[in-house]
Amino acid sequence: MKYALLAHESQEYFDRRKEAGAIAAGKAYGEALQAAGVFIGGAGLESPATATTVSMRDGKRHVQDGPYAETKEFLAGFAVIDVPNLDAALEWAARHPAAGHASIEVRPLAGFYFPGQPR
Amino acid sequence: MTETEPHATIESIARNSYGRLIAYVASRSGDVAGAEDALNDAFLAALERWPIDGVPQKPEAWLLHVARNRMIDAARHKQVREKSEPFLQQIAEEAQSVATAHDNFPDERLKLLFVCAHPAIESAARTPLMLQTVLGIDAARIAAAFLVSPAAMSQRLVRAKTKIRDAAIPFCVPDPPEWNERVSFVLDAIYSAYTTGWESLIDVGSTHHVLASDAIAIGRTLVQSMPDEPEAHGLLALMLHCEARNAARYTTDGEFVPLDQQDTLLWSQAMIEEAEGHLCSASAFNRMGRYQLEAAIQSIHANRAVSGWIDWPEIALLYEGLVKISPGIGSLVGRAVALAQMGNVADGLAALEKLPANRFVSYQPYWAARGHLLELLNKNDEAKEAFTRAAALTDDAALRDYLFKRCARV
Repeated sequence: MKYALLAHESQEYFDRRKEAGAIAAGKAYGEALQAAGVFIGGAGLESPATATTVSMRDGKRHVQDGPYAETKEFLAGFAVIDVPNLDAALEWAARHPAAGHASIEVRPLAGFYFPGQPR
Repeated sequence: MTETEPHATIESIARNSYGRLIAYVASRSGDVAGAEDALNDAFLAALERWPIDGVPQKPEAWLLHVARNRMIDAARHKQVREKSEPFLQQIAEEAQSVATAHDNFPDERLKLLFVCAHPAIESAARTPLMLQTVLGIDAARIAAAFLVSPAAMSQRLVRAKTKIRDAAIPFCVPDPPEWNERVSFVLDAIYSAYTTGWESLIDVGSTHHVLASDAIAIGRTLVQSMPDEPEAHGLLALMLHCEARNAARYTTDGEFVPLDQQDTLLWSQAMIEEAEGHLCSASAFNRMGRYQLEAAIQSIHANRAVSGWIDWPEIALLYEGLVKISPGIGSLVGRAVALAQMGNVADGLAALEKLPANRFVSYQPYWAARGHLLELLNKNDEAKEAFTRAAALTDDAALRDYLFKRCARV
């Protein structure tokens, strides 16, 4: 069963991600996920100010500067993990280095986007 | 064979084994809604076949076998996730072994209880979900007890079941350190079912009160499933003590009778004894908790049947402990009343006045307690005001009459 761990952070904490402690914690977390054999993929994201949003309407491409929605807390990173059930996913979410100040949303993946890889 | 016998057997299984059957199927498929559909089909098939073929030797195994076939059919038709195949295979094998074994099929209701009270389930859905899956109570009846529309309740239940399946909430009994928190969710959901039923006793013959006995039934199941959890014993003792007073809570004319004036001869001695037994089992573990303390307080009230008086200092002590681990508005008000009853009326009132306004402004027992304490202190005008506010905050007509009478008597 695959889950996405979506880290939603405030600007204040997002700005601290380049601090040595935060980098070390992020690296250690990624290594722990890999060591457990549950890591499928994921990354931290650049700030919403770097985002560009695209939509197709009536066959026409609309390109807009900025994220899909301006919010106080925004998506700052994601990881996709493969674990047996929700409890195991929640355990990994709780260990996320941002969990102490950000919110980690846990969402099961809808498996049909990965043909040949049943959940 | 008579026509009625198969029907009686089916009814008895539906009443007594429904939760076990659902728990067994759902714990293997991870899909509560699917398990319910399959079992309902199996019951329908039994209604059709048993009057003709006779009741099978192992009726539950027969139902599980049919339910298994239905689930396999459903899986093929809908071409649902491939992951369900191994589970179905497992169910098929287990159903086979159940059919041939002399033992009954395993009881997985505890796992089901933990799923229903999982923190990932919307809290307002936990108790209803438990009532529906473990006891087989229909959504309309649950909706009536929780004062929401049947459509809204059905939707809430459907959403919860979809989440269980799609987010893969595991059917398992949690380990420490999660155990304590998760057990408390289970206990709270059961207690919430009980109080929802208890508070509406006055609607004689309504569906509500049945909910209280249903909650006690789940409480008994829980104690059987986790005999080493003192809080499970504590919760059951608490519910039994309250239930024992059913016949004494209102006069035959429907008037409200406060606990300390109830006729103790109307209390159920059998339930009180059962409650005391569980409280005693709980105390052997030497791990105090909220429900044990609340049950102990009720136990002292129950002792009035023997001693003729109420040990208020002991009650005050127990509330002191309760406030430390569970500082809810109910225990804070209870402690203030106990202080007043043991003679420290001014201290009791001071304790009430220390509470933050937002917690008591719409809490009926606070205003009733305040009226009582002010009356004891001869502050009559303020007492009248408090009783009037209390009367305005209850939805129990008998209690409202009682509070207005208290007000008039001041």
